[in-house]
Amino acid sequence: MTGGPDQRLTRLEVAAYGIAGLLLFLGIWSALSWSGAVPRQFLPTPYDVASRFVQLLSTPFAGATLQQHLASSVMRFAYGFLLGAAVGIPLGLLMGWYRALDEIVSPVFDALRFIAPIAWVAFAALWFGTGIGGPILIIFAGAFPPCVINAYRGARFVSRPLIEAAQMLGTGNARIILEVLLPASTASIVAGLRVSAGLGWQSLIGAELIVASTGVGFMMVQAQLNISTATVMSAMAAIGLVGLGIDVALRSLEAAVRRRGFA
Amino acid sequence: MKTSPKRLLCVLVGVILKMSRRFVLGLATIAALAALWYVATMPLDLISPGRFPSPVDVWIALRQVTFTGYANGLLYQHVLHSLKLVVFGFAVAAGTGVPLGLLMGWSRRAEALINPVFSFIRPIPPLAWIPLAILWLGIGDAAKVMVIWFAAFVPAVINSFTGVRTIEPYVIEAARMLGTPRFRLATEVLIPAAAPFIFTGLRLSLQASWTTLVAAELVGSLYGLGRILNVAQQDIYPGMIFVGMACVAILGWALTRVLAEFETRSLPGMQTARVYQ
Repeated sequence: MTGGPDQRLTRLEVAAYGIAGLLLFLGIWSALSWSGAVPRQFLPTPYDVASRFVQLLSTPFAGATLQQHLASSVMRFAYGFLLGAAVGIPLGLLMGWYRALDEIVSPVFDALRFIAPIAWVAFAALWFGTGIGGPILIIFAGAFPPCVINAYRGARFVSRPLIEAAQMLGTGNARIILEVLLPASTASIVAGLRVSAGLGWQSLIGAELIVASTGVGFMMVQAQLNISTATVMSAMAAIGLVGLGIDVALRSLEAAVRRRGFA
Repeated sequence: MKTSPKRLLCVLVGVILKMSRRFVLGLATIAALAALWYVATMPLDLISPGRFPSPVDVWIALRQVTFTGYANGLLYQHVLHSLKLVVFGFAVAAGTGVPLGLLMGWSRRAEALINPVFSFIRPIPPLAWIPLAILWLGIGDAAKVMVIWFAAFVPAVINSFTGVRTIEPYVIEAARMLGTPRFRLATEVLIPAAAPFIFTGLRLSLQASWTTLVAAELVGSLYGLGRILNVAQQDIYPGMIFVGMACVAILGWALTRVLAEFETRSLPGMQTARVYQ
């Protein structure tokens, strides 16, 4: 892994450079807003954003505090993501096992896959209004395809001898899917879940920008209308943190799966 | 054993039969779905026209947007507007992201300096930049380019970085031993060797650009496919929503195909790299 001409840096050097980089970034940012080069209303200082973030935890904005908005977003995310996984993984496995199903579903799936998840927002509004169904539909549209694709790939790349051994012993289709294909493709499925979660979370934010009356995306739109840049940036930070949390959780799931030796 | 023409013919027929089974079944499914759609919306009236359009509604909407216009413009104007923005935004992001990724891959100092800031910004999903872009730049084209830039920048950087780091050290050492100057080292060793990863990054970038552009146009814009969707939603016009979504899908597919074609032409005989997100 020694790509460049540089020597590996010591840990101290990495830390020093990292801190220097962060300070440079925050310094330029602060300088721009303090000097008045950019109006402070449009570019609050890092300190303004941090204090606004803390303030939002206790004072409600757009009807709720930051953590209440986040909680309703995360709830929607959980519903849509779990629905996507609950439908997508079995469908992917079945498509990997039954060739006819693969051949029937694939063209439809491929056609739908190219619709950007966020484009469902118009139908979501038409079908569900501002209710919870709309955001869930959009998260589903983001999270479903990677679940299907990875379960399918996992099932297709199970080694033939394993399947043949099971078949020779007279194992039925259902048991082959559950006891051979599923364990053998777990690693691929979990990797798919991570992609799903990323796409689902980001689609949800988009959905909440357009159709919602709660949630962190809704909060951002309200802040934007009120020209409160500090609130928008606080919400962005919160979204980034939650997204990071979801990714870390799924990464540890991935690591746990690998430790158990499924892959 | 020599391959006789007869044998070759058998293999060829076999391949065609195998392909055509897939093709025929796919075609049959789509035909069946279309028939089901027609039956459910038109004669049986199972689905209310206010919820989902019938084929005739879609046809009418398509004719309307193509010939008389909808949401401030004709269909081709909206399509061109969206395409122009996505290509421009993507080009800006690739033009900045790939060099930065290469630099970070090449120099550990640059990596150490930039990486913390980068990991600070990276978890923020591209769509979350939309309100900030509107605050800063309004709902015009500049805001769209900014959002696309954020969306497409991250995958371009990460994959270019990974591409440089996965080059075998002896390749670089050999080039250096032969006294290759820095610039030629970059253009003739680093970039070609990292190319499969760079292209993977560009593919992800392009997809992200397209999704983000549609979202940004939905939130606020004057032209574009997202604008069609937005107006159709407010007008409760399911036929037009359908047309807008179909255009989003077709253009998304076409953009991916164009890049894939470009990739196979510039990387003959190379396999595509693993996906790093």
